[in-house]
Amino acid sequence: MKGSDGIPVRVRFTKLGKVRFVSHRDVARAFERAFRIEQLPMAFTLGFSPRPKVSFGLALGTGHESVAEYLDLELAEPVDIDELPARLSPALPEGIDVSGACELADRAVSLQEAVDTVELQLRLVDLDSATLAGAIEHALASESLPITTTRKGRNVVEDLRPAFRSLVVNIDDGAPVVHAEVNTRPRGVRPNDLISLLRDLAASKNEVGEDRVLRTHQWIERDGARLEPLEADRATRTATRLRVTSKGLTNDRRDDSGGQDLRTDHPDADAGLTAARRIA
Amino acid sequence: MTDLWPRIEPLLAKVEKPARYIGMERGSLRPTHRPEQVSWLLVYPDTYEIGLPNQGLQVLYEILNERDDAAAERAYAPWIDLEAQLRANSIPLFSVDTHRSAGAFDVLAFNLSAELVYTNLLSCIDLAGVPVRSEERRPEHPIVIAGGHCAFNPEPLADFVDALVMGDGEEVVGEITEVLAAWKRGGRKNREAVLRDLASVPGVYVPAMYDVEYDGQWLRAITPKHADVPAVVDKRTVADLGEWPYPKHQLVPLVEVVHDRLNVEIFRGCTRGCRFCQAGMITRPVRERPWEQVRTMVRDGLQRSGYDEVALTSLSSADFSGIDGLVADLVNNQEGTGCVGLSLPSLRVDAFTVGLASQIQKVRRTGLTFAPEAGSWRLRQVINKLITEADLYSAVEGAYEQGWRRVKLYFLTGLPTEMDEDTLGIAELGRNVVEIGRRYNKSASCTVSLGGFVPKPHTPFQWFGQNGVEELKRKVFMLKDALPKKSGVQMRWHDPEATFVEGIASRGDRRIGRVIERVWRNGGTFQEWGEHFNFGHWMDAMAAEGLDPDWYVTRHRTDDEVLPWDHISAGLHKDFLWQDWQSALAEHGLPDCRWTPCYDCGVCTDYALEHVVASTVAPAGGSQGTGQDLTLGAEVPVTFRPRGERSELAGATTGPKGSAGYAGAEGVRPA
Repeated sequence: MKGSDGIPVRVRFTKLGKVRFVSHRDVARAFERAFRIEQLPMAFTLGFSPRPKVSFGLALGTGHESVAEYLDLELAEPVDIDELPARLSPALPEGIDVSGACELADRAVSLQEAVDTVELQLRLVDLDSATLAGAIEHALASESLPITTTRKGRNVVEDLRPAFRSLVVNIDDGAPVVHAEVNTRPRGVRPNDLISLLRDLAASKNEVGEDRVLRTHQWIERDGARLEPLEADRATRTATRLRVTSKGLTNDRRDDSGGQDLRTDHPDADAGLTAARRIA
Repeated sequence: MTDLWPRIEPLLAKVEKPARYIGMERGSLRPTHRPEQVSWLLVYPDTYEIGLPNQGLQVLYEILNERDDAAAERAYAPWIDLEAQLRANSIPLFSVDTHRSAGAFDVLAFNLSAELVYTNLLSCIDLAGVPVRSEERRPEHPIVIAGGHCAFNPEPLADFVDALVMGDGEEVVGEITEVLAAWKRGGRKNREAVLRDLASVPGVYVPAMYDVEYDGQWLRAITPKHADVPAVVDKRTVADLGEWPYPKHQLVPLVEVVHDRLNVEIFRGCTRGCRFCQAGMITRPVRERPWEQVRTMVRDGLQRSGYDEVALTSLSSADFSGIDGLVADLVNNQEGTGCVGLSLPSLRVDAFTVGLASQIQKVRRTGLTFAPEAGSWRLRQVINKLITEADLYSAVEGAYEQGWRRVKLYFLTGLPTEMDEDTLGIAELGRNVVEIGRRYNKSASCTVSLGGFVPKPHTPFQWFGQNGVEELKRKVFMLKDALPKKSGVQMRWHDPEATFVEGIASRGDRRIGRVIERVWRNGGTFQEWGEHFNFGHWMDAMAAEGLDPDWYVTRHRTDDEVLPWDHISAGLHKDFLWQDWQSALAEHGLPDCRWTPCYDCGVCTDYALEHVVASTVAPAGGSQGTGQDLTLGAEVPVTFRPRGERSELAGATTGPKGSAGYAGAEGVRPA
């Protein structure tokens, strides 16, 4: 969003429940429709087929959930940024809720480049905590952890060990949950590769298939501090453009403990309703 | 209770495009099911990407859910990978709306838009946990219903479908609901009794209520078993589209689908009279949506859906009265809707069309499609697609001149009376189109898309013997040889073997049901998908049933033959169709009856219907772009509705049905 006259905005959103099966690309299309439904004054690219200026952060794999997804967009005219979560969420599919938004400083680095680490929660369906703890201990004690993965359709061997910032197993609601913080550079770690590694180390024969992944945080490191992307590049606010409401800048509904449950779905919104309910 | 989601969810990580199975589209509903309601599962027996945009299904979904006595959900054929997972885990077919088991619904209602999906229909019934043959079903099983264009020859599906609906579904679904609600109130006892009640609903055909007599391989008669069952089932027709502004909440899928845009049906029916076109024959008469309603549906639809493209759909969208004004209005009044694209599918071939297209596509002029259908003027008169070469060349010239770089031309081969010079005429048209294009743009290209002709029931060509596989292949490769790479014309064609199988189902009788069942039991699903189509399965099944494929497909029928769909009526008199068939053979074209006196095809007169149009003025360029003078001095059989007026059918009718002499059209009117 550098080098243009529009207003850069960063948005945080969730991807929870059934909508986890929607691909990154289709999430992007859903946002483009939501911008039109809400008639946001988007800035457009030039050329024969103008597109709204939107850039997404690190892709989340199809089937994975998140409470910390981000996108940057550019507005052609000012709107009340504080109202964006309440405006966009109903225009988006169920499970994708905009949980925060802020105006960005003009020279903010793009999300893809800026994010240094991500935190993940992994639930491996059939492994107990002792087995997982053993696998983690083995992983952290290893000098290198070569795995075979695919890049651009080719099998390559990569070392996962340098990617780990932390790797622990906790008990959450009676079930073991692996908490991992991994580097995004030099390249990101695919959660499924991480799960495969743990399964290999635990001598598990099962496939990754039904295991669950929740991205809980993305972090930008600056001067030794770990910053949430909405905070890292927030614009210095000017009274002419924005109203500061009593609620503060963002409508942050996130549980910041990082311990949010991996829900299988939203609570059934239809329970007790007698009439058919139309989505949106 | 019947929410299968917890069992389906673990499987979705293992299949392609899992978002096809989650529902949650904008505009979708999650009905709760009360015992006194009739629950419908509307099933499209093909993939989600093909089925989701189907407007018929979406219209019925809304209409049923608006009723107190009904609830409706949707299902699509699971792709092969998920079907295998479902079967391995004993999970039935499910709705995408609430992931309810298909077997828990009162009705499984299938949309039939192509013959090659018939095996998928069996697959879906079986996956629902329901016996595939009607006769084996018990009172606790859902009633299996089908509708759509293919229902107009119901016989190949007679063993599997309890009731088929002919024609427009808007009204009849309510009547079916009432019959089934009464059956449920009565304890849902006797399946035979409820089927008999359904048979008395106008437009509904219950195959089990009819006896079929054969004389050797010849069909002798299909007759009702009971006095209260109609001898002929007539189609249903919605008289005024303006009363049915559906879908009001078009579904917006989360994955990319075909026709992924807002679709607004601007009229139903077509009287151009193309003789190969079943849709044009069985959906008569023309019923235009009021202009103001089109505008409202476009505006509200874009606002609700967030789409940035809208298609104005019909069988020939340039024929909508005042289409140029409507297009100008939509293109120029876009406040609040962002950059909206407009598309007009099914355009006729003339300069007027190109003018419309250039109004719409101000930028990004990449491809434009025309369908001349046949390679010579003689053959186009046979099929009644009255486009002259001059029409085509001026349309194409206009397109290239105004910046389009690629023109796509659709043709059929295997048409009645077709000779090699007609087929090769396609190559000549293609080469000339490229030559015209190169005058304007060095990279101008032309794609010729060739389909094999399948004669369809209720058309003048229903008596014609289809070309066999070898003959179609010969023509395809002859044309291919005439269009070498250096010609600049690219050619695509439909698999002649698939065309042949479509021919078996298109005009098949009740005996073809066993063939369909055999193919399905041998694993022959998704037959319309090239990589899954298996010609061997079909030929093996025909042989196993002792049926001669050529007798069904390539044999010419005579006028005294009992056709398997003679007990089904789309309103067209059989003698009108025969007369039109004879006119075809005599190479006589027939202008559009919207603006000329009535030919008495039977639809308007028998059903007391009229064309509903917003203008009595024939479109610019005359009928099918031929420049024919359509102001023939007689009353035309239309109901006139001034632009913007809402569904006031009474009022400005122009006069009695035109039965006046048809002066000045010799050489066009059939002898």
